[in-house]
Amino acid sequence: MITFMNNSDSEEEPCNERTSLMSAESPPVPSYQDGLQASQAGEVQAHRRRTGSSRSPNNVADGDMSDSGVPVRESALENEEEELTLKYGAKHVIMLFVPVTLCMIVVVATIKSVRFYTEKNGQLIYTPFSEDTPSVGQRLLNSVLNTIIMISVIVVMTVFLVLLYKYRCYKFIHGWLILSSLMLLFLFTYIYLGEVLKTYNVAMDYPTLFLVIWNFGAVGMICIHWKGPLQLQQAYLIMISALMALVFIKYLPEWSAWVILGAISIYDLMAVLCPKGPLRMLVETAQERNEPIFPALIYSSAMMWTVGMAKPDTAAGGPSQQTWDAAEDGRENHRSPSHADSQMLETRSPAPTRPITSFEELEEDERGVKLGLGDFIFYSVLVGKAAATASGDWNTTLACFVAILIGLCLTLLLLAVFKKALPALPISITFGLVFYFSTDNLVRPFMDTLASHQLYI
Amino acid sequence: MTLAIFFGCTFIAFGPALGLFLFTIARDPLRIIILIAGAFFWLVSLLLSSLIWFIAVKASNPLDEPLQKGLLIFGVMFSVLLQEAFRFLYYKLLRKAIEGLVALSEDGCSPISIQQMAYVAGVGFGLMSGAFSMINLLADTLGPGTVGIHGDSQLYFLTSAFMTMVLIFLHTFWGILFFHGCEHQHWWEITAVIVMHLAVSGSTFCNPLYMGSLVPSYLLMATAATWAYLLSGGSAQNLQRFLLCLRSGASPQLES
Repeated sequence: MITFMNNSDSEEEPCNERTSLMSAESPPVPSYQDGLQASQAGEVQAHRRRTGSSRSPNNVADGDMSDSGVPVRESALENEEEELTLKYGAKHVIMLFVPVTLCMIVVVATIKSVRFYTEKNGQLIYTPFSEDTPSVGQRLLNSVLNTIIMISVIVVMTVFLVLLYKYRCYKFIHGWLILSSLMLLFLFTYIYLGEVLKTYNVAMDYPTLFLVIWNFGAVGMICIHWKGPLQLQQAYLIMISALMALVFIKYLPEWSAWVILGAISIYDLMAVLCPKGPLRMLVETAQERNEPIFPALIYSSAMMWTVGMAKPDTAAGGPSQQTWDAAEDGRENHRSPSHADSQMLETRSPAPTRPITSFEELEEDERGVKLGLGDFIFYSVLVGKAAATASGDWNTTLACFVAILIGLCLTLLLLAVFKKALPALPISITFGLVFYFSTDNLVRPFMDTLASHQLYI
Repeated sequence: MTLAIFFGCTFIAFGPALGLFLFTIARDPLRIIILIAGAFFWLVSLLLSSLIWFIAVKASNPLDEPLQKGLLIFGVMFSVLLQEAFRFLYYKLLRKAIEGLVALSEDGCSPISIQQMAYVAGVGFGLMSGAFSMINLLADTLGPGTVGIHGDSQLYFLTSAFMTMVLIFLHTFWGILFFHGCEHQHWWEITAVIVMHLAVSGSTFCNPLYMGSLVPSYLLMATAATWAYLLSGGSAQNLQRFLLCLRSGASPQLES
């Protein structure tokens, strides 16, 4: 998972901390009172972010799938953070649990109710080999070949992205991102809405449909690529991750999906940790240039923002912030003026009294946590596939869900220990896969037998 | 079946646990993590016990009814023992975690005490156990069917819901008892938990004779509740004060 602390969005727009896109990372915060469960003394500095520059459509020529997770570290803040004991605590884990859970709930609810996403209607061009073969060996071979093709596409796109970034083709990248989110927000939403309406047999006329989709998509584009309330932006990011995950669940054949999930976690591991990995290079380039990487493909749970406020006097009314009760307490604990200076970001006034007039002072005392959308997507693919194919069994879905959350927790823990960018997929996906197969094959017969005799353990 | 059955059984089984979660656990991120980790530990224990049972069943003759029944009994007992073993492992992990939290905190005391952790761990175990027992049933209540049409008990869903509820409570209290026993080396408390768990699981073999399973389980739950309450610092006086809504400075609270 990558987080990156950057001041401005991109070089062309005068973004500052007002934009909810890139939370300009806060000045380093004093430690939390609460720690992680098997706590480590460490500061979590970097989270990894995964950029999918565009989602792979099955029939749209635009954009190819590219997942590049980008680990970033803010080197300038390192020194301050040596002093802090625990930067990311239980609060940040929960800040990630909630959106991941929401995304999974949306995906599972859709899978269980809308028949469309479990019907086999062809495959993506990235998985050309069919799994309708008579023999098991042939099927396995086909799925492995599909995986190889898919992963190669991902690698190629990632390298392409890194090259574009290296040679400063920002406009191209932004255009690519905008095009892909346009497609997600309009086309896939239209398909999704159509299928949901069909499932519940609700009629909707075209003018209404046009109005709904237009508003949804336009507001989404604005929120994601420009400015908007943080929670709305988060909601949109969750929705597009869910839509993308549903596309994968529908169009990836069964065995290929599992092998791809496994392969992509290995790829994630290598791309982020190997010295010559594309993601690592991307991160280092971004660090050298001291700029943010890509907006709109990271889920940010920064605790501070509201939409950029034009009038400072309304800001003086009090910090409008995300309503996290824990944050309220946390904020009171984090009044450590000694850390307020020497940031590369806006300096925060260390004054304990807060007649807040400038927006800068509203700036986070808390560092938000970021998780790449690709991670959301693959977690949801795993749980959605479990819901779709586990013979109607909810226990498997529940087991995968808990496994993924624990994997996420462990990843954040490792982040606190190693203090560098780490991939978010491997641990969670491994746990998820292990629990899927073992629950489906071992636990299910046991629990079914127990239920038929009404025995309880 | 009907939506009434679905909602009724859901709230019977999970209502109290949901209340516990919302009022005592949901506000504190650390407790949520401990809850989910507790659920995970229970899941792992179930996995291992299912593995053993599965191997045993595959290695045996599927047509031999008494043998299969015997294997099932063995599976249940082994699963209970394994759950308690994992509860112990979780206790060990949480002990280490407390040491870490103390080291990290600014004032040398942990933000959460071992008793709170015991409670949350118990709820975690209970919720996962209840969910695994009940969720598939609840999904079935939304579909068509008639309960007991082949001569089985017509109260299947209701009794399952009540059993799930009592199990969730029991796990909560067992968590408190178990951790207290481990903390203070009161081995009898640990043994009592194991024996109670075996008793409750064993009593479900009386199903569909629900008098033989539900009534003892509820009695055991009341016992465990009182014991846990007393161990957590409660007393008859506290209870009286609480019921009369008196506030007094010196009384120890349940959630210390």
